[in-house]
Amino acid sequence: MTVKSLGNPFSAKTDLRHGADCSCHSCSGNGADADTSADISTSDEMLERAVESAIVRSVFGQSDIGRRSFMGMMGGSTIAAALASVFPMDQAKAAILDNLGPPEKTDLNIGFVPITCATPIIMAQPLGFYEKYGLNAQVIKTAGWAVARDKSLSGEYDASHMLTPMPLAMTLGAGSVAEPYIMPAVENINGQAIVLGNQHMDKRDPTQWKGFTFGVPFEYSMHNFLLRYYVAEFGLDPDVDIQIRVVPPPEMVANLRAGNLDGYLSPDPFNQRAVYEGIGFIHILTKEIWEGHPCCAFAAPLSFATELPNTYGALLKSIIDATQYASNPDNRKEISAAIAPTNYLNQPVTVIEQVLTGTYADGLGEVKQVPDRIDFDPFPWHSMGVWILTQMKRWGYIENHIDYKAVAEQVYLAADCRKVMTELGYDAPDVSYKSHMIMGKSFDPETPEAYVDSFAIKKG
Amino acid sequence: MASLSLNGRAALLSVVLLLVGLLIWEAAIPAQKAVGELTEYERLTGGGAPKAGVPAPSQVFAKAWEELSNPFYDAGPNDKGIGIQIGYSIYRVLSGYFLAAIVAIPLGFLIGMSQVAFKALNPFIQVLRPISPLAWMPLALFIIQDSEASAIFVIFICSIWPMLINTAFGVAGVRGDWVNVARTHELGHLRTALTVILPAAAPTIVTGMRISIGIAWLVIVAAEMLVGGTGIGYYVWNEWNNLDLTSVVFSILMIGIVGMLLDAAFGTLQRAVAYVE
Repeated sequence: MTVKSLGNPFSAKTDLRHGADCSCHSCSGNGADADTSADISTSDEMLERAVESAIVRSVFGQSDIGRRSFMGMMGGSTIAAALASVFPMDQAKAAILDNLGPPEKTDLNIGFVPITCATPIIMAQPLGFYEKYGLNAQVIKTAGWAVARDKSLSGEYDASHMLTPMPLAMTLGAGSVAEPYIMPAVENINGQAIVLGNQHMDKRDPTQWKGFTFGVPFEYSMHNFLLRYYVAEFGLDPDVDIQIRVVPPPEMVANLRAGNLDGYLSPDPFNQRAVYEGIGFIHILTKEIWEGHPCCAFAAPLSFATELPNTYGALLKSIIDATQYASNPDNRKEISAAIAPTNYLNQPVTVIEQVLTGTYADGLGEVKQVPDRIDFDPFPWHSMGVWILTQMKRWGYIENHIDYKAVAEQVYLAADCRKVMTELGYDAPDVSYKSHMIMGKSFDPETPEAYVDSFAIKKG
Repeated sequence: MASLSLNGRAALLSVVLLLVGLLIWEAAIPAQKAVGELTEYERLTGGGAPKAGVPAPSQVFAKAWEELSNPFYDAGPNDKGIGIQIGYSIYRVLSGYFLAAIVAIPLGFLIGMSQVAFKALNPFIQVLRPISPLAWMPLALFIIQDSEASAIFVIFICSIWPMLINTAFGVAGVRGDWVNVARTHELGHLRTALTVILPAAAPTIVTGMRISIGIAWLVIVAAEMLVGGTGIGYYVWNEWNNLDLTSVVFSILMIGIVGMLLDAAFGTLQRAVAYVE
C-alpha cells in the first residue's frame, strides 16, 4: 500500500505539500524517498503518521521548506526525540486513534448476499478488520435483497450489504415503507457483466435481442438500470422488446441452462460460474457500459448512526479500511481464498479468483486480462446517486417530482466517508459531484431533469 | 419363498427395488473423464473439476458419510453441521406446531359442540385455510419484525387448519347416545368434554395433528430457503448457491427421512388412542 500523501515528516526528503496526484520530481519515486512511505503497511501506522505530520506541520507553520532544511540540518530522529520530550506525541496519537470513544455496542450483525460485490463486508471478518476497530461483528448470509431490506428494517441487522439504488428507494418509499436510510460507503465499482447462453454466440449485436428474456437480481439495482440503459442505446425498449425478470442470483445459472433465460446482467460469481459450467459466455463487462459505475453498498438505517455514533464510526472505519485493502490488486488472491469457503461465498476458489484478479476465461475460448474487472472504492459520489435517481425517474419507478440532489445528499453520506478516508490516511475527493461518461454520453449532475428528457426511449 | 412371511417378502422386494434403482442411477451418470495436461483456459473453465450435475449415488453416499460423521460442527453463523441445521428446523416446526395445537384443539372443540359457533366461524376458516403459508411470510416479517418468530408464525398458521377442522369434525361426530348418557349421569360440561368427548374424538383429532405435522415439515423447508439463516432449508439454498447437487440430493434425502420419522411418531400416537367400538 503506497500512501504518497503521508510522507515521513521527520525526513528532509519528503515534501508534505504534495498529495497523491502530484507528479513532481520529488514525488515521482526517483529512489530518494525510500524512507518516506514504503514502511507504512497498516492503517494504524498510517494514522500515526498523519498525526505526526500534523504536529510537525503545526510546529513549522506552513513553511515546508523551513521544516525540510531544519530536518536536514539536525537529523529527523533527533528532532523526533526532541519533539517527543516537550510534546505528548503518544497521547496525541492515542487520542486521535480513539477519538470516537469505545463503541456503545460491540456485537453486531451485518447482512450480506453471497456475491463478490460484498467482498469488503465479508472479508472484514476473516481478515480481522472488524476486530481491529473493537467490533465483534458477525456477517450473516442472506437469501436475497428483499430479505436483507426487511431484516434491516426490523433491526435484526445493524447494517447490511445493499445495492446502491436501494437506500435511495427505501428513503423515498419506493418498493417499501419510507424509512430514512444512509449509505456512507460504496462497496465495489464495476464487477458485473452481461452473460448470454451459449446458443446465442452468434447474436453479439444487441439489436438481434428482440424477444429475449433477461434476468436481473433486483428491481432497484444497478443491474436493472444498466441493462435497460444498454439495450435502449441500441434502440430496444426494455419494457416492450425484451422481458426483464427478477431472478435471485443463484437461480440464474440454472435458468440459463434450462433456457428460461436468454441472458442476464448479474453479480459475480454467477457470470463467471456460467462460463465455468460451460453454459454461457461473457458478452460484455459492465465497465464497458460505464467505467467505474457503483454497484453494491454498505447501508444502515439513519437511526443506527444517530443512536450509536461510536459504533457507527468504528464500523465505517473497518469497512472503508477493508475496501481500500481490497482495492489493492496484490491482495486479491489472499482475499479470494478468504471469502470462498462455505461460511462466506461457498464457491470454488478458481471462480472467485478469476473475478477478483481479472484474469478470466470469457466462455468464447479466450483468456482475458482485465485487472479492474471489479474494483473497490468506498466514496459515495452524490452525482452517482443523482444518476440512479434519473434512471428511476426514466423508467417510471418514481413518478412525482423529486429534488435529485437533496435526496442524493441525504442518503449518500459523502462527508462521513471523506472524514474516515482522511483519518485513515487515504485520499478522498474534495467534491462529491462530477460528470460521468456512460456509453459515450456525458451525464451532468447539475441538469438531471434535462438528462431524463434527453432519452428517446423511456417510460411515459 | 413360501417360508417367508408377507412382511419378509415385502422387505426383500423393497431392497431389490432399491438396489436396481441405485444401479440404474449409477450407470446413467457418466463418469468424470481423467484429464491430462490442462491449458490455462481449460483450468479457468473448470477442466478436470467436477461440473455441476446430478451426482451418482456413490457420490451421495460419500457426501452423506462425510456430513453424518460430523453432524454438529459449528464454523460460524453460515456454516453449521447437518445435525444443527435439522435441529433448528425441528425446533421451529415443533414451536409453531404446539402453539397451533394450543389454539386449534380448544377452538375445534367449541366449533364441534356448538352449531352457532361453527356457522359463525366457518366463513373465516374457509377463506384463511387455502392461503399458502409462504404467502404469509412477507406480512409476518414486516409485522413481527423477527425472522425466527416469523418462521414459527408461518408454521403456526399452516398447522392450525387441519387440526381445527378435524377436531371440530371429530367432536361433532361423537355419538349422541354417549353424550346423553353423560347427561343422565349429571356430568358437567367440562367433565363431559374431557371424559367422554375427548377420548371419543381422539382418533380424529390425532389424524388432524398427523396431517398438520406433515404440512409443517413441508413448509419449514421452503420458509428457510426464503429467509435463510439456519435450518435444513437454508442448507439446501446454500448448496444450491454453489450448484452442489450432491449436497442438495443428500439434504433432500435427509428431509424425507426426518419427515418420515415425524409422521411415524404421530402414527404411533394414533394407534395408542384408537379404540374399537
